[in-house]
Amino acid sequence: MDIFGIPIQALMGQLLIGLINGSFYAILSLGLAIIFGLLNIINFAHGALYMMGAFCAWIGLTWLGLNYWVALVAVPVVVGAFGMLIERTMLKHLYQLDHLYGLLLTFGLALIIEGLFRYRFGISGESYPVPELLSGGFNLGFMFLPKYRAWVVAVSLVVCFGSWFIIERTKLGSYLRAGTENPQLLQAFGINVPLMITLTYGFGVALAAFAGVLAAPVLQVNPVMGSNLIIVVFAVVVIGGMGSIMGSIVTGLGLGLIEGLTRVFYPEASAVVIFVIMGIVLLLRPAGLFGRER
Amino acid sequence: MNGKHIGWIVLLLIGLAAPFVVYPVLVMKILCFALFACAFNLLLGYTGLLSFGHAAFLGSAGYICGYSMQSLGLSPELGLLAGSAGAAALGFIFGSLAIRRAGIYFAMITLALAQLVYFLALQFPFTGGEDGMQGIPRGRLLGLIDLSDTMNMYFFVLAVFLFGFWVIDRAIDSPFGQVLKAIRENEPRAISLGYDVDRYKLLAFVLSAALAGLAGATKTLVFQLASLTDVHWHMSGEVVLMTLLGGVGTVFGPIVGATIVVSLQNYGAELGQWVTVLTGAIFVLCVLAFRRGVVGEVAHLIKRSGIRP
Repeated sequence: MDIFGIPIQALMGQLLIGLINGSFYAILSLGLAIIFGLLNIINFAHGALYMMGAFCAWIGLTWLGLNYWVALVAVPVVVGAFGMLIERTMLKHLYQLDHLYGLLLTFGLALIIEGLFRYRFGISGESYPVPELLSGGFNLGFMFLPKYRAWVVAVSLVVCFGSWFIIERTKLGSYLRAGTENPQLLQAFGINVPLMITLTYGFGVALAAFAGVLAAPVLQVNPVMGSNLIIVVFAVVVIGGMGSIMGSIVTGLGLGLIEGLTRVFYPEASAVVIFVIMGIVLLLRPAGLFGRER
Repeated sequence: MNGKHIGWIVLLLIGLAAPFVVYPVLVMKILCFALFACAFNLLLGYTGLLSFGHAAFLGSAGYICGYSMQSLGLSPELGLLAGSAGAAALGFIFGSLAIRRAGIYFAMITLALAQLVYFLALQFPFTGGEDGMQGIPRGRLLGLIDLSDTMNMYFFVLAVFLFGFWVIDRAIDSPFGQVLKAIRENEPRAISLGYDVDRYKLLAFVLSAALAGLAGATKTLVFQLASLTDVHWHMSGEVVLMTLLGGVGTVFGPIVGATIVVSLQNYGAELGQWVTVLTGAIFVLCVLAFRRGVVGEVAHLIKRSGIRP
């Protein structure tokens, strides 16, 4: 069975990979948006912390014998705590300064983290086995669906929409939204805003680390996996605009699919398609698809 | 005579004496990066725009210069011109897109566009992909001076650097430069004074890109190669670091910053992977405790001690 001369098997396979990449774009841009909303900082270290998540899972398995399921819970907690340490010791000194300093500081942190991992592990990368429970796959008749890939997409969607629910529909989320609008007023109501900022940064970082653990069995665990991803995620954020949580999720998944389709129909352009879309969106709708100027 | 004149004279003397004291190729590398950082500073220091994609101009001008000299057989002065013109054209495209968003988005857009250029450089056949372009001839300047001689090359590079630096210095002191500073200080106010802010930003961006391109083309001539390193985002980060370390918005700061960073990389080559870590650590330190940079800090000390230069 062919569609436009492409075997449906290959098409579906690439779409699935696109959806997986899209899930990572969604989780990372979601974290960036939450952090930016409250801290007014673009976290350049987001990619490095995602890579750290993947490596912590690998280290846990190889050195400590902790399995995938433990890593899925423990790694985001550990890396999130590391993030909170960064916020407490460094980022908090920058809130009164221009936004650009936050970007520069986290850029420096990204270089440090990436450099340390490169020093220890080289750039060839390590492979992480698919957990036993999720190995194998389903035969859907028109394609073979590996269980692990289906799991990544499903769990990413749950995490994305769970985050959306917490932020848009719960009391805790209402504090977060209020802090984004006017932190001074929120503080006047007796909310501990500095603590909230620390926890928010930790949550954003934990999301990145969670994506890293999910990615470990599908992609090569590699010190540069984060920096390659973060630049694409920046483009995703520019396309979607950081105004809405749902916007980040939809843009991330959509662009992942488009990238997958490009890989099928015109592979040469697959590395650049998202950047080209960013250019077009900037021409037509400078504030981004879901953004508002602020 | 004011502080700036003294600075110019010191710069000229150091430039003339340096190749007899230090390995000339290293000084040439420093001069290329100093021009690159000064061009970048025109944008960050004087217009308040943080471009995280300046490697695209450095690298693509290098490729264009290399291609026009190696395959088209142009003379070195035309090669530099072609490289700068190419970078200016690219700067026009980047600038037109990026100035549609302000602040933090501007940085992300330029970074993403530069990554696009990186992938193009990786895939286009004429760039040589992973291997880059090698063995680019230096040629004869104006058909007369043989640039394969190191000292001839050195003084040519020094002349190119001084020309580029003079252009930037003139631009900063001109009415155009005053408008740029006004935009940096208070954009809504500059708009209310009737300035077409976007046109000024775009012009500053194109000028900065062209001079960054001049630096890249000169670098290609010096090392006789053009490679992916110069279009990689690490390079965009390095130029930010040079400017930050030397002093954002100071005339001589980027030169000092470039000298420190290039020397560090040169003498710290045996550090291997630690160079990246060290670069990152300097970044963090500069942002947290040293935001004025070397030159900015010195100027601040002089001001505070009450000595009038």
